[in-house]
Amino acid sequence: MAKQKQTTYGYSRKVLEVFRHPKNIGEIKNPDGFGLVGNPRCGDTMSMYLKISKDGEDRIEDIKIKTFGCLGAISSSSILTEMVKGKTIGDALRVTKDDVIKKLGGLPPIKVHCSVLSVDALKEAIYDYYKRKGRKIPKDLEEVHKHNLQVRESIEHMH
Amino acid sequence: MKRIYMDHAATTPVDARVAAAMKPFLSQRFGNASSLHTFGQEAKEALEESRAAVARAIGAAPDEIIFTSGGTESDNMALKGSLKRGDHLITSAIEHHAVLHTAQYLEPQGVQVTYLPVDRFGLIDPADVEAAIKPNTKLVSIMHVNNEIGAIEPVAEIGVICRRRGVLFHTDAVQGFGKLPIDVRKMNIDMLSASAHKLCGPKGVGLLYIRNGIKLAPLMHGGGHERGRRSGTENVAGIVGFAKAMELAVKDMKKENAGMKTLSEKLVKRVLAIPDSHLNGHPQTSRLRGRPAKRLACINNFRFAGIEGESLVIHLDMQGVAASTGSACSSRSLEPSHVLTAIGLKHADAHGSLRLSLGRGNTAADVDYVAKVLPGIVENLRRISPLAKGK
Ligand SMILES: Cc1ncc(COP(=O)(O)O)c(C=O)c1O
Ligand code: FES
Repeated sequence: MAKQKQTTYGYSRKVLEVFRHPKNIGEIKNPDGFGLVGNPRCGDTMSMYLKISKDGEDRIEDIKIKTFGCLGAISSSSILTEMVKGKTIGDALRVTKDDVIKKLGGLPPIKVHCSVLSVDALKEAIYDYYKRKGRKIPKDLEEVHKHNLQVRESIEHMH
Repeated sequence: MKRIYMDHAATTPVDARVAAAMKPFLSQRFGNASSLHTFGQEAKEALEESRAAVARAIGAAPDEIIFTSGGTESDNMALKGSLKRGDHLITSAIEHHAVLHTAQYLEPQGVQVTYLPVDRFGLIDPADVEAAIKPNTKLVSIMHVNNEIGAIEPVAEIGVICRRRGVLFHTDAVQGFGKLPIDVRKMNIDMLSASAHKLCGPKGVGLLYIRNGIKLAPLMHGGGHERGRRSGTENVAGIVGFAKAMELAVKDMKKENAGMKTLSEKLVKRVLAIPDSHLNGHPQTSRLRGRPAKRLACINNFRFAGIEGESLVIHLDMQGVAASTGSACSSRSLEPSHVLTAIGLKHADAHGSLRLSLGRGNTAADVDYVAKVLPGIVENLRRISPLAKGK
């Protein structure tokens, strides 16, 4: 039997489903961590808000996002929030762009950078959380942060 | 679900009368216009009648028209056929890629190119054309109507300047063809590109008008068709369809333009009622106090602050409305539209652009439907956007 057509507009069915009904949209007042990242390729933006548990387990109790971007960006950021909500920060940081893409049933190659942005937004928010708590910041978070500052500067003129 | 097509600047459906005119040439009258026998002669006759008809419609002589595979080929031929190493070309920053990418291809081959800027409505100042002319300027190529924002360029004024200064003038008239009157003699046009599929004709057929006396190097070498200027067996059915489409467009031009203007005004008014929305392009779509129209009424380009166009267009499509955007996210290069950038929009503003281009099939009810679904989509996308104001 012929394989069923999997994509519309070049996207998987799952991407379209998430795009129609994105989850965890919004902001958190007085978040424990906040990250704002820009997309170096097309200039899009994501902001991520975290509420972290106070029981010493560093669990992501609540997470909210806002995304200015394409279907790839909106669906990646939404699915990522669902994937990490309730997880400890340690576990959340182990989620990669490939996990996000897999969960979405794939992304067009030109849209892979949009999923990278969602993962970076989470890292940036966790960086901010660590910073506020005065914790030691892991090297890779430090690097993401530095990269992000550069990108934001370079896309400032786009807005 | 209701399906509304509002992307007529991309392409149009073939009009039923055009399809009917084409049909015999796909079956019984299939001959090759170069053949000696009756089949061939029938095809030849239809070909030459079509040529005479489109020539008449633009004030040209039949032997000044060659048929091509579309606007892209015509643009390529006008530029590549007339320019050689050391020549200077003047064009604009908002041309279709068929002109821009051809110019960029010619640059490393020793052709100098000036890309003229436009104002915030996408309009070229004829004085800029004149000022850019140099001793080695060979060709000026400025489009008649811009395909993204509908700007109507002052081609007649540019034509006068070029004729006076002794440089060739080509215009890519693909978008305005059959919508705005053209007289190549009065407007001092030396070469003109057009394409059938933008005026309810078939895809894959175009023409290049070449004023008598201008010699162009052919792109296509072969059997010497089109008086040696464009080899390849003529697409007779397509050409017949093109001529029919042009005939219909010219016959109803006044009436259709009036209808488009009414629809466009309604559409623009309803869309601009959405907060933080803007029109990309000139508001004036008809003659006003002796001044000519500055924008083709069928092409309506908007922008909505804080949202991205690909998401917008796909939400619209999910609700049955076909439109397009100049957003970076939706382009293969991940660059925003060069036209929107040239009129001075910031990257993020170009992101939120939406082109609704009207055509023969659209009704007031279509406009009402779009005006009904669009505000909700914009609001939803703003609700999830970190760049949108408020809430
Ligand atoms: C202004 C302009 N020039 C050229 C073209 C190319 O024409 P075609 O699609 O027939 O190659 C188009 C349409 O795509 C156009 O809008
Ligand atoms: S956010 Fe721009 S391409 Fe995905």
